[in-house]
Amino acid sequence: MKIEEKTASVAGLPAEPERATLEGKNKILGFWLFLGAETTLFATMFGTYLALKGETLDGPTPPEIFVMPVVALATVVLLTSSLTSVFAIMAMHQNDVKKMIRWFGLTILLGAVFLGVEIYEFIEYTHLGHTLTSSAFGSSFYLLLGTHGSHVLYGVCWIIGLMIQARHKGITVHTAPKFYVASLYWHFVDVVWVFIFTVVYLMGMMA
Amino acid sequence: MATLIILIVVALFLAAILTGGYNEQYLDRVKQNWLWDWITTVDHKKIGILYLIGGGLFFAIAGLESLLIRIQLMFPNNKFILGDVFNQLLTMHGTTMIFLVALPVLFGLMNVIVPLQIGARDVAFPFLNSLGFWLYFAGGLLLNISWIFGGAPDAGWTSYATLALNDFSPGPGVNYYVLGLQIAGIGTLISGINFLVTIINMRAPGMTYLRLPLFTWTTFVTSALILFAFPPLTAGLFMMMFDRLFETNFFATNGGGNATVWQHIFWIFGHPEVYILVLPAFGVFSDVISTFSKKRLFGYHSMVFAVVLIGFLGFMVWVHHMFTVGLGPIANTIFAVATMAIAVPTGIKVFNWLFTMLGGRIRFTTAMLFATGFIVAFVMGGVTGVMLAVVPADLQFHDTYFVVAHFHYVIIGGVVLGFFSGFYYWWPKIFGTFLDEKWGKWHFWLFYLGFHLTFFPQHFLGLFGMPRRVFTYEAGYGLELNNLLSTLGTFLMTAGVFCLVFNVLRTVIKGQQAPGDPWDGRTLEWSISSPPPEYNFAQVPQIRGLDAWWLEKQEGNDRMPPAEPLGPIHMPSPNYLPFVMTLGFFISGLGFVFHSIEVGFLGLAVVIVTLYVRSFEEDHGYHLHPKELEEGVNGS
Ligand code: HEM
Ligand SMILES: [Cu+2]
Repeated sequence: MKIEEKTASVAGLPAEPERATLEGKNKILGFWLFLGAETTLFATMFGTYLALKGETLDGPTPPEIFVMPVVALATVVLLTSSLTSVFAIMAMHQNDVKKMIRWFGLTILLGAVFLGVEIYEFIEYTHLGHTLTSSAFGSSFYLLLGTHGSHVLYGVCWIIGLMIQARHKGITVHTAPKFYVASLYWHFVDVVWVFIFTVVYLMGMMA
Repeated sequence: MATLIILIVVALFLAAILTGGYNEQYLDRVKQNWLWDWITTVDHKKIGILYLIGGGLFFAIAGLESLLIRIQLMFPNNKFILGDVFNQLLTMHGTTMIFLVALPVLFGLMNVIVPLQIGARDVAFPFLNSLGFWLYFAGGLLLNISWIFGGAPDAGWTSYATLALNDFSPGPGVNYYVLGLQIAGIGTLISGINFLVTIINMRAPGMTYLRLPLFTWTTFVTSALILFAFPPLTAGLFMMMFDRLFETNFFATNGGGNATVWQHIFWIFGHPEVYILVLPAFGVFSDVISTFSKKRLFGYHSMVFAVVLIGFLGFMVWVHHMFTVGLGPIANTIFAVATMAIAVPTGIKVFNWLFTMLGGRIRFTTAMLFATGFIVAFVMGGVTGVMLAVVPADLQFHDTYFVVAHFHYVIIGGVVLGFFSGFYYWWPKIFGTFLDEKWGKWHFWLFYLGFHLTFFPQHFLGLFGMPRRVFTYEAGYGLELNNLLSTLGTFLMTAGVFCLVFNVLRTVIKGQQAPGDPWDGRTLEWSISSPPPEYNFAQVPQIRGLDAWWLEKQEGNDRMPPAEPLGPIHMPSPNYLPFVMTLGFFISGLGFVFHSIEVGFLGLAVVIVTLYVRSFEEDHGYHLHPKELEEGVNGS
């Protein structure tokens, strides 16, 4: 029997089920490369933001609108979700589906809270006259944060799909790479947020 | 209103499918159809052929566009095609050639050949391979239907802001550019990742990095460039789309935007893109020249090193397209020096090719003719490149026909001749027949002479001050003769292409059968039958050195030593989801082109639904039993 057809329930699972097949190895490497491409994408948007952030026209400037407690809350929530996704993968390595699903559930719950905070924040900004079209600063700000936010949203939808699959199919050499890759994605989105926090918020409030 | 109608039609359509309101037999018949076979294929060899067909189609369109441009410029004060239509032709010619012809035809060769050269049964992601092709094709289609619906993009292939923004380009033209390239670009990125993973993870046992054939090496570096060059383009196109559709202010100066940012983003992508195009051609020449000189490639290691170095430096020089923007003497100097540095590894490669031929037993097949013709043309293009990199001189050359001459020398002299060479070289492998050599030579000579006749005079046009992108010129400034010659050259090139088309048709109808190793080749792809079986290698081969197949032939073997016992072979199943997903992207793109946000999101919804369907799909492929298994293995 080829390893591709092996399931977890029969005779146990290999130690690293996500790398047990060539398919899984390819998926993980391909995903790392994809994250490389995503890094370049975000780098371009960061560059644009830095080039345009001074062009606020008559609208509000960064120190006038950014509110530290809100941003700090969002940061804490998102960083915690990275931790819970680590626990999910640890549960996967213990071949414990239920535990994995629970940790993933907590992860996307935190992701959803983050999105909620961000939406609240954006609504506040809009009231202050900081919109997508108000100035070049507005455009580049919302593009960068919006792209990050839609990545979070995508991650939430994706992991929901994976949780459903985990319930039906369990942890197999076929599903394990998917869970693993999703957690990589989630960490990546987190790392991007750390940069946003530094470059956009901290540097913005210091100015 | 139109949006509403479209939504209703789609809803009815979905209702019909979900309620089973279709005829099952009809679906069965669809599945029997050969077209269904090609739409759903995940075989890298078939996808390669699809790329060749798609690229050929767009080549015909873009070629026609160039012919019309040159006819208008044949005489001073000509009134054949003026103003806006001329701008559209010029824009679409450049855009189509770069994005929809040059790279895709090379992708076609890579798709078929690279897995064969590394001893792999398939690429790493067959599903994504198919998706990549369909996205490219849909993006190209979206760009080209602009001719029929609403007018083609007309802001140049570089689509500079602010010219490309609403104030100066009203109408949907540039929307097509932005969205068509976005969709095609996703396809390109996917293919790039696919090639990288394939080459890293799926090499046959013994195929170390320093035993990879040069074509595989250049594919590898090109894919890495794609990985880092295309995302900036994606971001830039996104911003331009927002500026045009949602009134944002990235590049719109009256909202605080900065048009130079677009130039930076475009060329951070654009300069690596020209190396993305030319490196695979370098790979083709390396393989072709060593095969037809009957020698191993001179300086293999320095060739690999040069390719990697060029790939790296390619990212450091984008500002040489912006010397006249006014970034200041320091920036200009740094980028000028970096640009000139690229001439060093390029020179290494040229000398290595020459040394490979030196003392070799050269056979001047058509493929070899294209390769030797390339060396001459490309060196000329490189020399004008270094001239352009001299900042004070560039202030004079910039935006004149001198630049046009330069980049056609490198792109046609490099990429197109490279593709033709590879096309004649690998045709027998891909299709199992021979292209006719006599017609091939007609093709070469007409095309090659036409190419020099077209573009050599353009150097002088540029030096005499003729700006690029203008649709006419006055008599009496010494521009008439060179323009006339240039246009005549275009006709010669066209005649050459017709020889190629004739040759292909002739071969398809009554081509002479080709054996597995028609050229006495050196690399792995020649060790199997032509065309290769679905599973490529009955047994994955064991690689024992550089030029693996040549090595075995030298030792008197007539097959590669196997690295595994014979056994059933795992194959991926065909899949229609890539096509459906692409349809979603296409609908979405069309929606956004016409500012119909609902349709735009509807298309994206289709994409997301297919993503889910794909994720839940339970399809582990099937197993094949190679012929040898049935016939009994011959030999030991
Ligand atoms: C030694 C190698 C090369 C050097 C030093 C070089 C240098 C340059 C410079 C300085 C320019 C800008 C001219 C201007 O706009 O004023 C330019 C334009 C261009 N080059 Fe090259 N180049 C080299 C090789 C290539 C290759 C290999 C390709 C393509 C395969 C290429 C394609 C182009 C294109 C398309 C443009 C024009 C872009 C545009 O303005 O539309 N070049 N080159
Ligand atoms: Cu360049």
